[in-house]
Amino acid sequence: MAKIIVVTSGKGGVGKTTTSSAISTGLALRGHKTAVIDFDIGLRNLDLIMNCERRVVYDFVNVINGEATLKQALIKDKRCENLFILPASQTRDKDALTKEGVEQVLNELKELGFEYVICDSPAGIEHGAFMALYFADEAVVVANPEVSSVRDSDRILGILQSKSRKAELGENVTEHLLITRYDPERVARGEMLGVADVEEILATKLLGVIPECQSVLKASNQGVPVIHDTESRAGKAYADAVARLTGEQVEHRFLTPEHKSLFQRLFRRSA
Amino acid sequence: MSKSAQRASAVDRPESFQLKGGLFPMTLLELKSADLKAIKLELMEKVTQSPAFFQRSPLVFGVEQLTDAEQESLDLEGLCVICRELTLLPTATRGANARLLNESGRLGLAILPRSKGKQSELTAEAPPAPEAVAAAKTEASPPTRIITTPIRSGQQIYARGGDLVVMASVSAGAEVLADGNIHIYGALRGRALAGVQGDENARIFCSSQEAELVAVAGQFMVDEVLRTNHWKDAVQIYLAGGRIQITPLPKHN
Repeated sequence: MAKIIVVTSGKGGVGKTTTSSAISTGLALRGHKTAVIDFDIGLRNLDLIMNCERRVVYDFVNVINGEATLKQALIKDKRCENLFILPASQTRDKDALTKEGVEQVLNELKELGFEYVICDSPAGIEHGAFMALYFADEAVVVANPEVSSVRDSDRILGILQSKSRKAELGENVTEHLLITRYDPERVARGEMLGVADVEEILATKLLGVIPECQSVLKASNQGVPVIHDTESRAGKAYADAVARLTGEQVEHRFLTPEHKSLFQRLFRRSA
Repeated sequence: MSKSAQRASAVDRPESFQLKGGLFPMTLLELKSADLKAIKLELMEKVTQSPAFFQRSPLVFGVEQLTDAEQESLDLEGLCVICRELTLLPTATRGANARLLNESGRLGLAILPRSKGKQSELTAEAPPAPEAVAAAKTEASPPTRIITTPIRSGQQIYARGGDLVVMASVSAGAEVLADGNIHIYGALRGRALAGVQGDENARIFCSSQEAELVAVAGQFMVDEVLRTNHWKDAVQIYLAGGRIQITPLPKHN
């Protein structure tokens, strides 16, 4: 039975696509057959981050319109064999997505034996975002530790629990909160919302905290999902989050400022 | 089981639907005049003041206060047309005389018995319909709406005709309204409006006062004032002398 997980946030630029690529890769690395769908029609980015933009022939909209089969459009990831990418169309707009079309693609993915389908939502609360979340069983809500991002996440949680198919059937979409770009030092200085604040405002179970980390930008530019960078803090944090998503109990890391050595402190002061 | 018994049990428990008694609040338009022009003018003013509230709201015409002559001359059909134009849904008449009973039947309106106390003045009218009995019970125990999930930014919850109980937090950018009291067993970070139909005795209770706006019967208080007034305390909010008061809830150790 395939699990459909939407990665959403309301606000743009908080790390939805980075998270989609990391989580789908993480699940595939753990041996689960996983598909990741880019719902950001017209502004496709996922293929760049997954480094497969040159291999895009057919896209999600082609499949919905019956111009290509799903098997033709799915791109097999070069790094892990269990991962497939369904890219968005760059030339169309979000109205090309229909409920029936999306449902049909998701059903076909189930028939093909996928265990996880990750839906990378566009920003906003309009049609594209609605299509991405409508069929979700679970949702990973990505938020930055700042007020406007948290407010938008709250809004999207409300939409999830009132407008999704599960909500229409009187069921709950399982919510996971993922805080990205977290900087414990700035939290300690009172410049950034802490994990506890965000958790309290959103009243949602914490899936993980991804620390602010240079490796993320590097990974995006190189087209390698950051979870492959097993030495980086962000890579480790994403691996933990994926483990929790599959039901493992893993302690949260990177929540407190790192202890700096005397040398580092002296160096910083003189710099 | 005999065939007739089978049929009887099928009728007892139909499969295609379930028949239940429901208690629903309705708006009563208590007429004091049969002059349609005046009614139209004043009703239009009311509706434009709060269009959201009147949107497709079921309406009962109360005609008890009209004189016999006015009851005889009242153009019920014309009144229905006016109300529908203003997005109200005429549903029933209350306390109608013989002519208006006939008219109501012709217009497909339900007939409700006159309100208690006046019953003795005029008797021998049509026996109350079952719906009417149900409606009468509403007044005794207004419905309470209970919400167990967090109320998120952008959501609006309205408990029409009764109290609202929220077993979680009300987020910033969310709005809760009730005709009666509002109880929030969580933080109130959004807007809460109690007694929206004008009940000055309505109160708001919450476990942590972090509200953007609170209002009781139209009197309101906004963020700046709220921040200096038992911020993040468990409080009750009520009207005293026409002004909003915020006092901490009694602590029990």
